[in-house]
Amino acid sequence: MTNKDFAAWIIRVVCGVKLLPVEALPSTPAIYFANHSSHLDFTTIWAALPQKIRTRVRPVAGRDYWEKTPRRLRIAKDFFNAVLIERKRVTVATNPLEPMLAALDAGDSLIVFPEGTRSPDGSVHDFKSGLYHLAKARPAVVLVPIYLQDLNRILPKGDFLPVPLLGSLSLGAPLQLKSDETKSAFLERARGAVVKLSH
Amino acid sequence: MKIDPQLIWLAGGVVGLLALSSIITFVLKMRAGGKPNAVVANLDARVKAWWVMVAVFGVALATGLIGAVILFGLLSFFALREFITLTPTRAGDHRTLFWAFFIVTPLQYYLVGMEWYGLFSILIPVYTFILVPTRSALAGDSEHFLERTAKIQWALMVCVYCVSHVPALLTLHIAGYEGQNAKLVLFFVLVVQISDVLQYVWGKLLGKHKIAPLISPSKTVEGFLGGVLSATAIGTALWRVTPFNWWQAGLFSFLITLMGFFGGLVMSAIKRDRGVKDYGTLIEGHGGVMDRIDSLCFAAPVFFHLVRYFYT
Repeated sequence: MTNKDFAAWIIRVVCGVKLLPVEALPSTPAIYFANHSSHLDFTTIWAALPQKIRTRVRPVAGRDYWEKTPRRLRIAKDFFNAVLIERKRVTVATNPLEPMLAALDAGDSLIVFPEGTRSPDGSVHDFKSGLYHLAKARPAVVLVPIYLQDLNRILPKGDFLPVPLLGSLSLGAPLQLKSDETKSAFLERARGAVVKLSH
Repeated sequence: MKIDPQLIWLAGGVVGLLALSSIITFVLKMRAGGKPNAVVANLDARVKAWWVMVAVFGVALATGLIGAVILFGLLSFFALREFITLTPTRAGDHRTLFWAFFIVTPLQYYLVGMEWYGLFSILIPVYTFILVPTRSALAGDSEHFLERTAKIQWALMVCVYCVSHVPALLTLHIAGYEGQNAKLVLFFVLVVQISDVLQYVWGKLLGKHKIAPLISPSKTVEGFLGGVLSATAIGTALWRVTPFNWWQAGLFSFLITLMGFFGGLVMSAIKRDRGVKDYGTLIEGHGGVMDRIDSLCFAAPVFFHLVRYFYT
């Protein structure tokens, strides 16, 4: 058991989430997308993925937040091998799509939160267009919807003391961009796939 | 160190009973002949989990008050975790919940461990009762305020306060029964749990008339009567290990099984209200911790106080 496997086990115990079975997940690189309400979200998905997939999955996170202190940067870069992207000053030079596509092309999977930021009340907000652009640029990659429940009650936005409730992670059926689908229709369908898992 | 022979008999009896259950399960599995049978599979999981639970309980009890305080403290912690997860709270309750899990729960068990009856019996009903709404009010969110406060207080009463009265039985000083309280705890837990099991068995064998079908479809009049009467008979037969005479032991057993039934019924009502079947998944075949100790909750404080009033 490596350090990372141990950390994944600890995260699963603290958040009350079970390890996902390998058979339930795609064997090719995939984009896991979920609702976002807590810092625990990406760590929980990372921890719930079976080891074989976990070693090849990279959470996508905002550069502005994770580069603020050296400790945050170490956690994001060294431990989770995160893909840090620009959220604030998006230009051609800092195109957030490039590093994500590079990771997919290298055979890695991604964890993304299409709402763009943590929802303060736990409801699922509108999706930003990044997911659509990813799907359009790499139509062969499958998109796996995930709904995370109660993680915002364990560690809400703006607090640093956790309360050990039982979180849960629901996995939905993979989806792909249809050839004639518009951006807004696709984003609404993707968001619907996440919301559906909440009932 | 001399071990109380009655304790060995009790432990032997429990192990024997479990062995018998394992044999019966094995025979039922053979008779099912490899065909998957949900009831037998559940029985198998339940019996296996019982072995683990009995082993853990045995180790805890063998280490005395400290062991019992740690075990039941952990059970309370996990039960509270399951209970609060099912209870809709808001962001304004976050710090209140932090207090509940990391200050109130350990403190309650610490007080039991130091045998401070005067404080452990009022910590949650008095001081936490004031702490919970005050801390939540300070967070400044008034939406569903009374409802949220009441639910957190209730969770602490049931999962922590009530359950802590089981290890507290070890702190009672009963004349002529010094150093033997482990048998009293064993008697109590055995009668509560065996009543649960027997109500289940009688219900499966003869159950026809449901008591409260909307709350718990598995609770029947036949199961209730059969379970309560047979568990009371077992409790009465165990009178020699208690500080009571035979009819007192019988009366206590009857009361414990009745309270156990009430506890199970109420915890089921909460589950139905929240639309779930079990409180959790920690114990294979049984559900969550709360599903296993639901019948203990009401029985423990009542048994503790009656014994304390009449025998100390």
